[in-house]
Amino acid sequence: MDLSTSYLGFKLPHPFIVGASPMIYKLDLVKRLEDAGAAAIVMHSLFEEQIQHHQSGIEKHILSHENSYAEATSYFPQAQAFHLGPDDYLAQVAKLKQTVNIPVIASLNGINEGTWVEWAKLIEQAGADALELNLYFLPRSDEEPAGVIEQRCYQIVRMIKQFVTIPVAVKLSPYFTSLPHFARRLETAGADALVLFNRFFQPDINIEELETVSHLELSNSSDLLLRLRWLAVLHGRMRLNLAVTGGVHTAQDAIKSVMAGADAVQMVSALLQRGPSYLTEIRKHFETWMEEHEYTSLEQMKGSMSYLHAPNPELLGRANYMRILQSWKV
Amino acid sequence: MKHPETAITDGNEAVARVAYRLSETVAIYPITPSSPMAEWCDEWAAQGKPNLWGVIPTIAEMQSEGGAAGAVHGALLTGSLATTFTASQGLLLMIPNMYKIAGELMPFVMHVTARTLASHALSIFGDHQDVMACRQTGFALLASNSVQETQDMATIAHLATLESRIPFLHFFDGFRTSHEVNSYVQITNAELEALVDEELIRAHRQRALTPDRPMLRGTAQNPDVFFQARESCNRYYDACPDIVQETMRRFKQVTGRAYELFEYVGHKEPESVIIAMGSGVETIEETVHWLNATGAKVGVLKIRLFRPWSLKHFVAALPRSVRSIAVLDRTKEPGTLGDPLYLEVRAAIDEARQDGLLPDSFAPKIIGGRYGLSSKEFTPSMVRAVYNELANPKAKTHFTVGINDDVTRLSIPWDASFDIERADIKRAVFFGLGSDGTVGANKNSIKIIGDETDFYAQAYFVYDSKKSGSVTISHLRFGPDPIKAPYLIYNAQFVACHQFTLLEKHDVLDCAMPGGVFLLNSIYPADRVWNHIPREVQAQIIEKKLRFYVIDAYEVAKQTGMGGRINTIMQTCFFAISGVLPRDEAIAAIKKAIEKTYGRKGESVVKKNWEAVDGTLANLYEVAVPALAESEYVRPPVVMGDAPDFVQRITAMMMANKGESLPVSAFPVDGTFPTDTARWEKRNIAIEIPVWDASICIQCNKCVLVCPHAAIRAKFYPENLVATAPETFKSTPFKAREFPGTRFTIQVAPEDCTGCELCVAVCPAKDKKQPNHKAINMAPQEPLRIPERANYDFFLKLPDPDRLSLEDNVKGTQFRQPLFEYSGACAGCGETPYIKLLTQLFGDRVVIANATGCSSIYGGNLPTTPYAKNPDGRGPAWANSLFEDNAEFGFGMRMSLDNLRDNAIHLLQGFASELGDDLVKAIVTANQGTESGVHDQRARVALVREKLAGNTSLKARKLRELADYLVKKSVWIIGGDGWSYDIGFGGLDHVLASGRDVNVLVLDTGVYSNTGGQQSKATPMGALAKFAAAGKGLPKKDLGMLMSLYGHIYVAQVAMGAKDSQTVQALIEADSYEGPSLVIAYSHCIAHGYNMNFGLEQQKLAVNTGFWPLYRFDPRRGSAEESPMKLDSAAPKAPLNTFTDNEARFKMLAHSDPERAKLLATASQEYVKKHYALFEQMATKPVTSVPATTSNTASTPA
Repeated sequence: MDLSTSYLGFKLPHPFIVGASPMIYKLDLVKRLEDAGAAAIVMHSLFEEQIQHHQSGIEKHILSHENSYAEATSYFPQAQAFHLGPDDYLAQVAKLKQTVNIPVIASLNGINEGTWVEWAKLIEQAGADALELNLYFLPRSDEEPAGVIEQRCYQIVRMIKQFVTIPVAVKLSPYFTSLPHFARRLETAGADALVLFNRFFQPDINIEELETVSHLELSNSSDLLLRLRWLAVLHGRMRLNLAVTGGVHTAQDAIKSVMAGADAVQMVSALLQRGPSYLTEIRKHFETWMEEHEYTSLEQMKGSMSYLHAPNPELLGRANYMRILQSWKV
Repeated sequence: MKHPETAITDGNEAVARVAYRLSETVAIYPITPSSPMAEWCDEWAAQGKPNLWGVIPTIAEMQSEGGAAGAVHGALLTGSLATTFTASQGLLLMIPNMYKIAGELMPFVMHVTARTLASHALSIFGDHQDVMACRQTGFALLASNSVQETQDMATIAHLATLESRIPFLHFFDGFRTSHEVNSYVQITNAELEALVDEELIRAHRQRALTPDRPMLRGTAQNPDVFFQARESCNRYYDACPDIVQETMRRFKQVTGRAYELFEYVGHKEPESVIIAMGSGVETIEETVHWLNATGAKVGVLKIRLFRPWSLKHFVAALPRSVRSIAVLDRTKEPGTLGDPLYLEVRAAIDEARQDGLLPDSFAPKIIGGRYGLSSKEFTPSMVRAVYNELANPKAKTHFTVGINDDVTRLSIPWDASFDIERADIKRAVFFGLGSDGTVGANKNSIKIIGDETDFYAQAYFVYDSKKSGSVTISHLRFGPDPIKAPYLIYNAQFVACHQFTLLEKHDVLDCAMPGGVFLLNSIYPADRVWNHIPREVQAQIIEKKLRFYVIDAYEVAKQTGMGGRINTIMQTCFFAISGVLPRDEAIAAIKKAIEKTYGRKGESVVKKNWEAVDGTLANLYEVAVPALAESEYVRPPVVMGDAPDFVQRITAMMMANKGESLPVSAFPVDGTFPTDTARWEKRNIAIEIPVWDASICIQCNKCVLVCPHAAIRAKFYPENLVATAPETFKSTPFKAREFPGTRFTIQVAPEDCTGCELCVAVCPAKDKKQPNHKAINMAPQEPLRIPERANYDFFLKLPDPDRLSLEDNVKGTQFRQPLFEYSGACAGCGETPYIKLLTQLFGDRVVIANATGCSSIYGGNLPTTPYAKNPDGRGPAWANSLFEDNAEFGFGMRMSLDNLRDNAIHLLQGFASELGDDLVKAIVTANQGTESGVHDQRARVALVREKLAGNTSLKARKLRELADYLVKKSVWIIGGDGWSYDIGFGGLDHVLASGRDVNVLVLDTGVYSNTGGQQSKATPMGALAKFAAAGKGLPKKDLGMLMSLYGHIYVAQVAMGAKDSQTVQALIEADSYEGPSLVIAYSHCIAHGYNMNFGLEQQKLAVNTGFWPLYRFDPRRGSAEESPMKLDSAAPKAPLNTFTDNEARFKMLAHSDPERAKLLATASQEYVKKHYALFEQMATKPVTSVPATTSNTASTPA
């Protein structure tokens, strides 16, 4: 059975790759993931916002106490050195490259255009095989039009593509007014792949304390439906690759994703829950299913249920549940 | 051109760079101002930096300076090249070992930042009292006078000790030299290699104690031989001066810098000479040049090697023309004929004459002066005053200079307006707050100028003694030649005031030079600022013809995303208008420095800072100065008119930064000061203060409990009293059935609050409709200041509720008057709420022994003290002795109080017939373990007084004097973990073991907070601290567990933020227990590296993760059925990292050494689990072996 697929210019033996997660900080775990057959690994994002936050925290809560009192002009050894920059992340890129032989895809989330470009270059220099741009941020302003935001995203991708030679994927949110159009623009900007979709930090409410609380919710298979729809819509229209992330927990989920048009299938939650060996298991189930259903290659299956090829594409194009006569459908 | 190896650091760093490279073992202990040298060594070792021989020195922090001295002694004896750093009391603790090290002729150098000794008061500042207390130890004493010299003399000491075998104490003035930042030429490794004689090191190794060549050191000797053996070292001392001189010669060959043991500078044929050592010599030298240029014939003889004193070299250096000599001592020896250097010089001249080294005709007048105690300024004008005195035929043989001694009339006058500052030296003075980054920005500026230009630079920083809202004054000089001016700037071409409100409190422009530039950070624009500044300041601007600039730095910071940090902005202003560098060049230099600092942190950080620079230039305006000073706003008086006389005359002067002008007669002769003074110091440092919303409040009083500054208070009072309240005074019915007809108020002290927000954080009451609105919310202070001041005054005058009517719980305790208020502790301090609670509970009957540290600084650093009095005039009586002796100090108080009580009982029993047996019996057997018990006893004692009022017998008089001792006096021994876990542990152990009724409160921050966060044995595993730059590798010592094993000690571990009711209970139980008690209180601290708003939250996490189990071990409970140990917190509910991940002290290690961080985090988690299990076991299994003592009588020494 030929499960091979092509993603970001890499010829992968199968579509299963490890999505962005903190798992990359445990090198032994990463090694086990590779041994379990991961075709590639995506690092979690280097966040400019986090670094900026960290910087202002140091200024407010460490440096502001310095040089205030004669007996203690500081309170920490090397407090100045505790300015987290991208260096730790870059070092981790290098360590991962030394640890595994599969492609290492770094991920980046910036704020300023300059930082996006500068850090993309540093990531390339550190040895990453590809870069996934975690392009989304939460628009809270009611004064910034959607077009401006899209233009900024477009600009970032375009700039980065001018400065780096490694392939660039863009991880998107589903919240774009015209996702196909925006995807097209990203392709013109030079994006090599789209990753659908980011699952954001989703704060919860503690109703006793009346507090918004931070909450880590792992994905489940029901999250997949949104992704299937958009994979199906986008597949076959552009030359860029598509990857799915968020909601692949079973072989069936992966099959659906490929059928909808995914070139690569990213997994995180299922691996966090079941451990690296699940990667081997799911791939086997995937392969068995294909054999049982007499598929000969992944290519044969890829995009078969996309908007272009599905026997009943009208369902993919419909936004609302409608009660209409079965026979009036077409 | 400057030398290519020119660096710019402070004296401590210059010394550490040499000591580290030339040492193999370093034993350290924190003490101001020497700690930074040890910190550098620890950091370099953690970074893997090698010494001159390619090996990383072994660094170890000891439990005290005594321990450090012992450790280096052992290291030396076994062949190591060892060093240590210390000062003041620390040096005193080393003296026993110094005799040993010298007696054994060990090559060794200790570097000492010469500091005042604690006598009538502690002082962290500089003089030679500590060093002079070592002149008899057999150590060589080598002085350096400037940052350059600290490096050079450190080197010379390390070299000369190897050859001479005499150990060296290399010293330089604490703060003035240790903390002065100045340009100097660094010594390179190649130069050091050229200077070090490996053969001498080999010889040292050969003498080492080793089983391969066994020998014996440290014998005991008898009258037959000790004397002779002691004399056997003489020739080493005889040879030492020549060795040092020869080392100086070789040093010059290699580096080009020349030094002499005794070095004369000045007129070739001087008539008057000053002899001195230390940084003051630099001032004298500069003044000598100035005076000689005007025709004077004066000079200065610098003393570098004070011990061994070389008569030969001294005589050779002393000019023969001299007619009068003033010897200046920076120390005081009460009762002596003269201070030590004076006596030495007198004896030397006399002996030289007697031995024919000087002619009989050489008979100059010799006078001795004392100057500069505790870093008292020593200026060119004072130097001139000394020369004037020498020229005076009626010169005082003994004098002081720099103060006004109106009691013993020893002081000589000086002309403060005399000034020798060079025109080509740019001088700038900056007034700022510690928290606004002024000092940091100035350090950065002088680095820029020192590194990027051909200028030499000098900086010295003055801090006040507060830990919150502290004022800093930076003194910066820049010039084309090396700067020798170890005194403050009195004539600045540039003065900046980074905080508008400082104009109200400080005479900022006193130091401004006519025609200079004045920069003010002002919310008022250039066209409106004039009428907002005090009239006094207007007058100075006009009179001195200052060019006046304003910037709204906070606005620029806000606009450019810098938050509240104005450092870069004010720094830019300085470069733009001070004229130190051409403007464009200066701005380019700042931008370059920003890029260098933040380049790797992402464009946003650099961009933000660059934008701040540009935004600054666009918002910096010159003010058109009117011709007249007619502001209606004049500086308010420092304290209110109703303040006591002492506060008005003396405290207020210190508060206004004018303590310098107070004469000797102003001060108590024995260091006794009144309490209840902090309330006169309205500091107004909070930008925002809490505002109470009565409609939401659930009246839990938690905000009052946690306030570190007693600046938010609760009261309930009869409802009719509210009729006369100010208009904005808030009041609501008191929700308590047992107090009908009363109203309740939470009131903020608007001018005392520090704005820490702990009250908001702890407030559990939220508005249902709008949960971001609590019962306590922050609002800008300025508009509230006046109305809330009136409200607070009204609130304070409302009657306090009857203490006996209040329950012993969180709410009840918070209606009691705090007798610890408005301290200078850090905003959000985790320690002070415990002390405040203690004073609410027992303040009217407590004597406090306070170990040196944060709590002694915010408790007793002048000008004011937070310890207050109740309306009866009672309140905490407080004293600080030392760092190491606090438990013993408190123990002594207990012995004394008990004996005075016994005296009173003895007398009382003698009056049984007059007073009635029942009264006497009631007094003697009274149970005073409760509030009402104490109250009743006071009533009985009052009755005794009343009954004996007419009795004029001696015994009756004595009983009246002592009767108050019949009322319980609680002794509380307070200190931090540095004291209790480390330096004072031996004493603490002994005192607790004694069984006496003392109570110990340990404010446990897990570091030596006051000296800047050095590790103690209370530092948790995995935390990074100074002296543990590689992360602490072992768990925190469990002091409570250790002490509970005695069985007779009440031990509690508390964390107010986690379970406040348990804290209240523990303090009450500890005080009531008639034996020793130990309460260990978790105290969050700025040295933990997070937002102090979350201090209470972190305490909760510390408990929930099992890091800090809460318990009370009460020996009164010990029985077969019930364990004395009662756990007050549940088994760990969350992983340890939910606590540790929030604090920089733990996260820093993950950054600097991820592998080690991971290892230690795992080990810590494991430890916490096991540790809790141990507590659980103790709590569930009754311990039957506990001695059944609950009384101190059981332990009275036989």
